[in-house]
Parts: sequence; C-alpha cells; structure tokens
Amino acid sequence: MIKLKVNGAVRELDVDPEMPLLWALRDVLGLTGTKYGCGQAQCGACSVHLDGEVVRSCVTPMRRAAGREVTTIEGLSVDGNHPLQRAWCELAVPQCGFCQAGQIMTAAALLASNPKPSNTDIERSLAGNLCRCGTYLRIRAAVKKAAGIPEE
Amino acid sequence: MAITRRRFLEYSGGLALAFAAGRVLAVDPRNGKPKRTTSGFDPNVFVHVATDGLVTLVCARSEMGQGVRSTIPALLADELGADMARVTIVQGDADKRYGDQKTDGSTSIRNGYEPLRKAGATARTMLVAAAARRWKVSPASCVARDHAVFHGKRSLGFGELAAEAAKLPVPPPEEVKLRPRSEMRHVFKDLPLIDGPAIVAGKATFGADVRLPGMLVAVIARPPVVGGRVSRYDAKRALAIPGVKRVVEIPTPKPPYAFQPWGGVAVLADNTWAALRGRAALEIEWDEGPNAEYDSDRYRITLSESVHAPGSLARNTGDVDAALSKAARVIEAEYHVPHLAHVTMEPPAAIARVEGGKCEVWAPTQYPQEARTQAATTTGLSENDVQVHVTFLGGAFGRKAKSDFVAEAAFLAREAGRPVRIQWAREDDVRHDYYNAVNTQLLTAGLDERGKVVAWRLRTAFPPISSTFKPTNQPSADDLQQGITDRPLAVPNVRAETCRADAHVRIGWLRSVYNIFHAFSVNSFIDEIAHARGEDPRAVQLEILGPDRIVTLAELGVDKLSNYGDSLEKHPIDTGRWRRVIERATEMARWDKRRADGRVLGLAAHRSFLTYVAVVVSVVRNGAGRIAVDEAWLATDAGTVVNLERARAQMEGAVIFGMSHTFHGGATMKRGVTEQSSFADYRLVRIGEAPRRIHVDIATSDGPPGGIGEPGVPPVAPAIANAVFVLTGQRIRELPLTLRLVT
Repeated sequence: MIKLKVNGAVRELDVDPEMPLLWALRDVLGLTGTKYGCGQAQCGACSVHLDGEVVRSCVTPMRRAAGREVTTIEGLSVDGNHPLQRAWCELAVPQCGFCQAGQIMTAAALLASNPKPSNTDIERSLAGNLCRCGTYLRIRAAVKKAAGIPEE
Repeated sequence: MAITRRRFLEYSGGLALAFAAGRVLAVDPRNGKPKRTTSGFDPNVFVHVATDGLVTLVCARSEMGQGVRSTIPALLADELGADMARVTIVQGDADKRYGDQKTDGSTSIRNGYEPLRKAGATARTMLVAAAARRWKVSPASCVARDHAVFHGKRSLGFGELAAEAAKLPVPPPEEVKLRPRSEMRHVFKDLPLIDGPAIVAGKATFGADVRLPGMLVAVIARPPVVGGRVSRYDAKRALAIPGVKRVVEIPTPKPPYAFQPWGGVAVLADNTWAALRGRAALEIEWDEGPNAEYDSDRYRITLSESVHAPGSLARNTGDVDAALSKAARVIEAEYHVPHLAHVTMEPPAAIARVEGGKCEVWAPTQYPQEARTQAATTTGLSENDVQVHVTFLGGAFGRKAKSDFVAEAAFLAREAGRPVRIQWAREDDVRHDYYNAVNTQLLTAGLDERGKVVAWRLRTAFPPISSTFKPTNQPSADDLQQGITDRPLAVPNVRAETCRADAHVRIGWLRSVYNIFHAFSVNSFIDEIAHARGEDPRAVQLEILGPDRIVTLAELGVDKLSNYGDSLEKHPIDTGRWRRVIERATEMARWDKRRADGRVLGLAAHRSFLTYVAVVVSVVRNGAGRIAVDEAWLATDAGTVVNLERARAQMEGAVIFGMSHTFHGGATMKRGVTEQSSFADYRLVRIGEAPRRIHVDIATSDGPPGGIGEPGVPPVAPAIANAVFVLTGQRIRELPLTLRLVT
C-alpha cells in the first residue's frame, strides 16, 4: 500500500512501487487530465506538482510520491479559475489542448516561486513542455498576463 | 465575450452523444445506454430544437486544434438565429447522414460552409413558417432572431414553435434563403474558444481518457520493419508480470498496407504500466521481410539519380529543351526533403468494446466513417453494428485519418472479450508512422541575356501516398497539383516531370502534404534566380508570378487540375490575390527598409487548399550562435473566414510547425528501421526557439472560403532558407537545415 495525498485527499493505492505516478493517476485514480506524451520526461505533458515542485509524473515512481502531496490539473483550482487558467482562456491559448495541462502546471509552479518572471524565466521554466500545435507565443503571453506583467 | 459559454460547456468535456432516430440521444460511455431523450423538431441531422427551447447543434467534424467546434456551431446558430446561451453542441458519431466527415484537406469550412448554412437556414425557415401560420401573417413579415420569431412586437420562442414546425414539410434546399452577411451576428469575426475552459481544467476527453468497466490496456510489440512478421515469440515472462492478462498475436498485414494493423504481439493488462512491462518482457524473433534493406541515405542517391533522367510528363508549354539549349545562362539546383513524422502530442489510442454482436469505438479519429469501416472489417461485423464516437484529438495533422489504431483496438477487444484500450507509446508512434513522402527535385531554369526566365524545368520524385493503397512507384500528374502543376509561372517554356520512387515505408499525408517540398523547392529556386541576377527576391517572385490574371489550364500546360476537389470557376488560380499577399506580408515586415532596419529577411509565397499565403521571416544568430527566427509575418487570403481568431491561431501554429521540420524534423531509416524513437531524436521546436512575435494578416473577403489548417505551413521553410542565405551565404537545399549548418 502506498499512501499519498492527491489534490488534498488522502489516497491509499495497492500498486507496484515502481509504477510511474502518471499511470497511477490515470489508470488507477481516473485523473485523466494529466497526459501521457512520451514516457521519458521529454515533453512535459504529464507535469504535476509533488509537494509544490514540478515533476514529470511519467518518470516519477510511486515510491517517490509516497507520503507526499500531489497536485494535478484537476486540483489546481476550484472550477478552473486559477489566474493561469483564466489567462489561458482569455488569450485562447489552446489548440488541440493535449499539452496544456502540463504547460499550466509547469507555469503555476514558476509563478508560485517567481511571481514576476522575465521572458527568459518563462522560457527556461517551460523548455521541457512541447506543443506540436505551436501555441508558444500565446503561452508566453498568458503567463505574463496571469502574472500581471504588461505585454511589451 | 459576446457568446455565453455556459451551455456549450455542459457537453464540451463529455463526448458520447449521438443523433439517432430523429432524437437527441445522450449516451453514457460506461454502458452505452441513452441517458436522456428529448422530443422536438429536427429538420436535418445537424439541428434539433427541443420543445423546452434547447437547441442542439451537431459538429460532425473532428476537433484537433483547428477550432472546428467553436466555428461550425456558431455558423449554424447564426443562420438559425439561435442564442448561444441556449445551444448545446453534440459531437457527431460516425454517420454517413452527416456527409463527408473526413477532417483533413482543410475542408471543414471550405466544403461545409454552404451546406451548414443551408441546414441552419432550413430550420429557421420552418420555425418562421410555423409562427406565421399561428399568427396568420406572411412568413416574409416575420424575423427570426434571439432564439425566437418576431412579428412586430409579438414573438414566439423557438421552443414554443418546435412542435408545430416539426409537422411542416421540409422545404427543398433551393427554396431556403440564406441570411445576408450583415444579419450573421457572430461569425466572420473572432469567436470564443468553446472548449477552452474544459481543456484548461483537464476535463476535455481525449482518446486515451475514455474508461470502461473491465477495460484492459494493450500495447503492441510491432515488427521493426514494415511488412515484417513474427517468426516466433515466447510470452512466458510477460505473462508472469502482475497485471498482465493476455498475450495476443496480431495477424500480419499483406500489402498494400492501407489502414491494416501493422502486426506484432499485443500484451493486454489491467493498466498501462503492466502492459508496457509485459511488452518489454516478450521474447520475439522477427522475420524482417522485404523492406529490411531500406536505407534512407542510400535512397537519397536513388532519388537523385531518378530526377537526373527524364520522367513522365505532368505539365508542358512551349519547348523547354530548345529554350534551355539557347539560354544565355542556365541555373540548376537539387532539393531534398526527408520523410516527416506527425508526432502528435497524443500518440494514437483507441477504445473498443465488442459485445453481443455489436462493436462500439471511442477514438481520436479524423475519419470517423473509415474508422467504422475498419472496425467492421476487423471484427467481421456489419457497419450497422459498429458505432464510432469521436473524442478530442490531441493533435492529428493527418496521422489520425489513418484508422490502423482503431482496427487494432477492435481486433483486440474481440479477442479479449473485454473492452480494450490500445495505447501507442511515443516510440511506436515515431517508428511506425505513415510518413510524409521523402522528396528530391531537380529544377533547371534558362535565362536570356537580360536575365529573364525563359525556360523552367522541374523533375520531382517521391513515393506517393497511393503506394500505401496500391502497388505504384511513381507520383501521378494529379499528385503534382500540390504546388507544381497549379503553380503560375510567367515563363514561356515550362515542363514538369514525375520520376520513379519506390515506397519502403508507409507513406501518408501530413499537414499540407506534398506542398511542403514543392513550395520549398520552387520558392528557394526563385530566390536563387534573384540572387544570381543580383535582384530583389520580391521583385523576382512577382515577375515569375506575372501580371494579375486568372490562370488557365492552357497556360499551365495541363489537361485538368483537381484543384483540391473544387472547381476552377469557384476557386480560380488568381495571381492578383497571390501578389497581394506578397505585398501585404512584405509591407508588414518593412521589406523595403530591411537593410536600414538592420534585419535579415526571407520571403516565400504559396497557394494551397485554395488559400494564398505569403510569409516573411527575420533570422538572427542568437546568443548561442545558432540561427533563430526572431519575428515572422504571414499574410493570407483565404476567402471568407468564419472564425478569424482560430484562423489566426492556425497561421501562428503553422509557422511553428514549419519551423520544426526546417530546423529539426526528418525521419531516417537504416535496415528498414526508423532511427528516431523519441523527442530527443525527433526534435520539435521548443518555446525558447519560438519567434518573439508572429504577425498574421487575414484579407477581408466575401469570396468562397479556402482552407485554413494547412496553407500556412508550406511557405515557412523556404522563407527561412531564403533568409538564412542572406545571413550566412549558405544556400539551404535540404531540410532540416541544421544538418548543413554547424555554427
């Protein structure tokens, strides 16, 4: 049994301790907002928070999550009203939308530690999050909007 | 936002809703049983007006990022006069009654624009007729707007009229009048992104997100080489892994491969992790089959030899050979673009349940009706017993128009007797794609004493998409309509030839398809001619395009042109529109002031999917000494644009998409096996490489709509290559350009 907190609720899971957190979230807990994109920490679609830090859940074994607190896109806010989620909608960032939960979770951790990030900070933070549709410019703009930084 | 999102959101996170038997059926994905039925009025399969006033509109095209679910319902609602706050959107299942549902070729609006407006207008006409009859007035004196029909100060809501309207005969299409554009309240402007809130909350249901009771997850160990087979395998170690339930061999496909499963050995387990571990534990020996000799480096030489010999004629005017022999100067260049992979962020996945003689599928498919056919063929059921629900598509770009992954799910669900989700791993996706064709072209131009181009010869060799469906080893003349036979050239002697190219991998279509390499070569070559003459590339672009005119088949030197399935009368090749996008893009980019601005710019322009696009990029050497695109300007004339906001988004995305294959993209094969397998070796542009700004200008037009999803892509690579030449003096004739530019 592995005990952890997911989006504020204590969960006990009878899973292989080597099972990546991604598959426990998706297949066992039914939290499908976190996406599988590569399984090798190369695309960021599976990004979640582990004790507030961004991790790639596809390479984070369950044993590492034991006793810790996991936040997924479903738990980022009540009713999808985190400033980033609002900015994402106002600027119509998503195209297909598949990578966006990972983008938002990564950006949320950035803003939590760096409330007024520079362009370089944003790009460094999101360097591991791919978007094949090419929404990067709007992602950059939405992070700044959520942070209250005017567009140049 | 002008449109209230509330109603749309109700279903935007769900998916399994179907229109059937004249009623709206909401199907519970867990048991396939209807959750709710509503009576009312449904003059066609796209519109339903319930007696309580709820209007249900069907989006029968797949949402893959192009915003079709934000666009089609708004078009229907505006014609109807519906209030979007009281509209719900249903994602159409596979059903021939919707007409063509294949969401590719940039067709959703360009083909759907008139029929969808007609569908909305038919419903409006009947609601108006019902109201006029009730009031005993002429229908012409009534107006439908704001979810009601008005006559003077009187009004009746759509819901109040639904029962009466349902009793009226459906008028023939020719009697249904469309609204004037001025009455269309929301479209032709920016429309709200309907699914945005669901997406950012993680509530949008993509292919792999559907969960059924008792469902197993399958991953497949596929033969490394297409056409290979399992010679023997041992499942013992795989079956010993906790959670692994079954190991099933997939039948070996026979060529042509079409949409058949690739073959291999499937591991079915309780969860994805167990299935992946089980697959890793399989012991398999492969018979590599006939394509095990394929080496894309050697093949490049084969293609080069192919274009250095005459091919089959695809286009001919004047006498190219004579003109070349008399030319004062001959310029020749060979271009090469490798196989490109789709690498959608969501790898292929599909869910199937085969039970009681029925098959039900949930899939991120661009081609729901073909998915239905494949599921029926694979399970041996009739298509009437197969239902296909369409989820959100996590990227598609043509990959998810191929139903091989749906066939895998259906086959395994039948074998397992339980619902199955087939999950492709990223490495499966990169190695077993339907790759865009690899291409080599040889372009030869003859110039007279004054530098004017008097002869233009183009030879192109690429394994065509048709090779995936029938034995063939050469592109047809029709394949060249994507940028070669439809390309206006104000040159008196022109010849285009197709040359032999055998296929050794599955060839498919990727966003803008053959236009990628044809636009690359033609725009690069024009730039080469300009620099050889020491002239402004824009001036030479416009000179070779020639004066404003409607280009005829005779001028092109072809008998016919498929013109993306549309008539030349409706969508002529118009060099005036082409010229204007070039002028607009260069004006935005301050092309004439580029030296004073200290900027290095490159230009390219192309017509594809009936839409004109010009792109200018600015390139710089960034801090790391690498070449980067720091700004891009894109001007397009796509005719009528229903949703300006999503059209801009598509064009922005097209720039990034084009940059990926320009800087990084390309799949290579050794011994028949794709060498790349992940984002580490099949690289895509990341956020730090994205331009600082992308400016998009969309021409105001009331002409028939052209495509939006694809036409932005083709000019991007040549615009970059042309700018890189100015920056470095190196002419890029091969993609990706990182291979040639070590900085």
